[in-house]
Amino acid sequence: MGEDTDATPTLNHRGFLPDHNYVTEADIISTVEFNHTGELLATGDKGGRVVIFQREPESKTEPFSQGEYNVYSTFQSHEPEFDYLKSLEIEEKINKIRWLPQQNAAHFLLSTNDKTIKLWKVSERDKRPEGYNLKDEEGRIKDLSTVTSLQVPVLMPMDLMVEVSPRRVFANAHTYHVNSISVNSDYQTYMSADDLRINLWHLDITDRSFNIVDIKPANMEDLTEVITAAEFHPHHCNLFVYSSSKGTLRLCDMREAALCDKHSKLFEEPEDPSARSFFSEIISSVSDVKFSHSGRYLLTRDYLTAKVWDLNMESKPLETYQVHDYLRSKLCSLYENDCIFDKFECAWNGSDSVIMTGAYNNFFRMFDRNTKRDVTLEASRESSKPRAVLKPRRVCAAGGKRRKDDISVDSLDFTKKILHTAWHPNENIIAIAATNNLYIFQDKLNSEMH
Amino acid sequence: MGGALSHDADVMEVTAEAKRIMVVALGKLYSSRTQRGGLRLHRSLLLTMVMKSARDMYHAAQETEWAAAEEQQPPTEEPTGAQIELQEGKPLTSPGNEVENSPTMLRRDADNKENMSPPRPTQHSRKRRGKAAVEPDFLPCKKAKLEQKNVPQQLILSTVLLCEYMNCSSEVGAPPAPMPVQRAIAAC
Repeated sequence: MGEDTDATPTLNHRGFLPDHNYVTEADIISTVEFNHTGELLATGDKGGRVVIFQREPESKTEPFSQGEYNVYSTFQSHEPEFDYLKSLEIEEKINKIRWLPQQNAAHFLLSTNDKTIKLWKVSERDKRPEGYNLKDEEGRIKDLSTVTSLQVPVLMPMDLMVEVSPRRVFANAHTYHVNSISVNSDYQTYMSADDLRINLWHLDITDRSFNIVDIKPANMEDLTEVITAAEFHPHHCNLFVYSSSKGTLRLCDMREAALCDKHSKLFEEPEDPSARSFFSEIISSVSDVKFSHSGRYLLTRDYLTAKVWDLNMESKPLETYQVHDYLRSKLCSLYENDCIFDKFECAWNGSDSVIMTGAYNNFFRMFDRNTKRDVTLEASRESSKPRAVLKPRRVCAAGGKRRKDDISVDSLDFTKKILHTAWHPNENIIAIAATNNLYIFQDKLNSEMH
Repeated sequence: MGGALSHDADVMEVTAEAKRIMVVALGKLYSSRTQRGGLRLHRSLLLTMVMKSARDMYHAAQETEWAAAEEQQPPTEEPTGAQIELQEGKPLTSPGNEVENSPTMLRRDADNKENMSPPRPTQHSRKRRGKAAVEPDFLPCKKAKLEQKNVPQQLILSTVLLCEYMNCSSEVGAPPAPMPVQRAIAAC
């Protein structure tokens, strides 16, 4: 674990040895993110690497290869570090990647591990100057006596080269583990959130950040909740939301005060006393929060459900979707095997009409908010032959009526979890991270959003 | 009496599950100390909360058990200070009603217990303790306790807990010194 080769990863093969079930831990994908146009897709893994995929432009000559994603660039974003003061190792695992909106020919993205955020510039080089006077083609200095005339170097095309360079390193601002980063709609600032604090940065300034939320109690023994995720509003640069381990959401307005400890809005659903168990607190912890593209709604994910909230209604969610309620009676075993602590992410489609989230057994779920229909699909090699249509799956209760192809709750593989998913900003293309494999599914029939 | 026996069985089930949850939580807390990347605050907090609610449930279940046992015997001695303490709490229902309502009843007692009865020796005390003599609160305390006959039960439970979590952490090397629950997350 940890040692890397320079093997070029392909789309379906990232360290997964076909003949064995052994998975290199460093290859486990830890984050997936489309850029703002959907042309690029970035993944981060436990080994600190970032792999960027680019969508091939649609070509008339080969209609079936249109829109496929191929590897564009791979680089090592973070390395393991050691905090000597606390005698702690800092993992190189990439927790989140966020793209900046494109403003020139280069692409920029932010990647973060537990402690340090980095800004990376991804640029293409497809020309190089040729015809130097003092150097020859290989770069050796010419013998001056052979130079008889002056020439002007000319830019000649070359094989495309993608260069990645770190432009900023934002370090030493977090005592606790960073769980989220979010770029502001002003395209100048971004925030980073750890368990107890949220910091606001300017993209050009690395030696200073402003603390905008601090929920650390004076006495750590009084700690009752931590921050689990945070995001800026997509249009209003003064608004952001953060979720807590208690299942609450807080909307904060940076215009109100420098330190946004007081929320503008608190979104909380009263607990159902009949559903109370030993594990109520764990399963109510929000693992992800996402604004809708419109900015009108919030999507949250806790262990068993996904909820859509209206920004104008704090008392309860607008919609609640049961992701895998059949696990409710199995919480004790999920607690013992640690699965109850899994943090699932959630995603909106481009038109905010469908939400998606992952589950176990390499299943992922989509809920259509308008038709109220939902589907369970599987991301696996067997069911994902190229051009194959995904077959809906069904989980039935143990001992219940079982149709052909149904899977019983007791047969679910809890080691195959889909924690990270992403949806193309405009089209029906989704990226699913299943442990160390990345699956990209496209809906060719319904490419346009509706 | 049938009612009392089935009540006891329910209470036993709850206490057994609560104990198992506590032990697993302790094991996970200890093994997380050696995890790569350092102590995860969120996870430690959730484990601590599960442990506390399991422990509250466990103590509440034990109280109802002792109270039920109490009611069945005429008091043979002067009530001790601790006994009065128990009776000052929210009135407990008779064993007959316990069967259906025991989980919620126990929980209500657990919730109310904190408000009504003074902190008990084995309970989580909200008072901040000095840095020096911090004693794990699941180990037997030297202060006066409930009736003598119940003391051995408590001692056995605490010893069992201690042994079990020590075993849990034995894979990670020499077991570290026991920490009180509330300190588990303050360490980071």
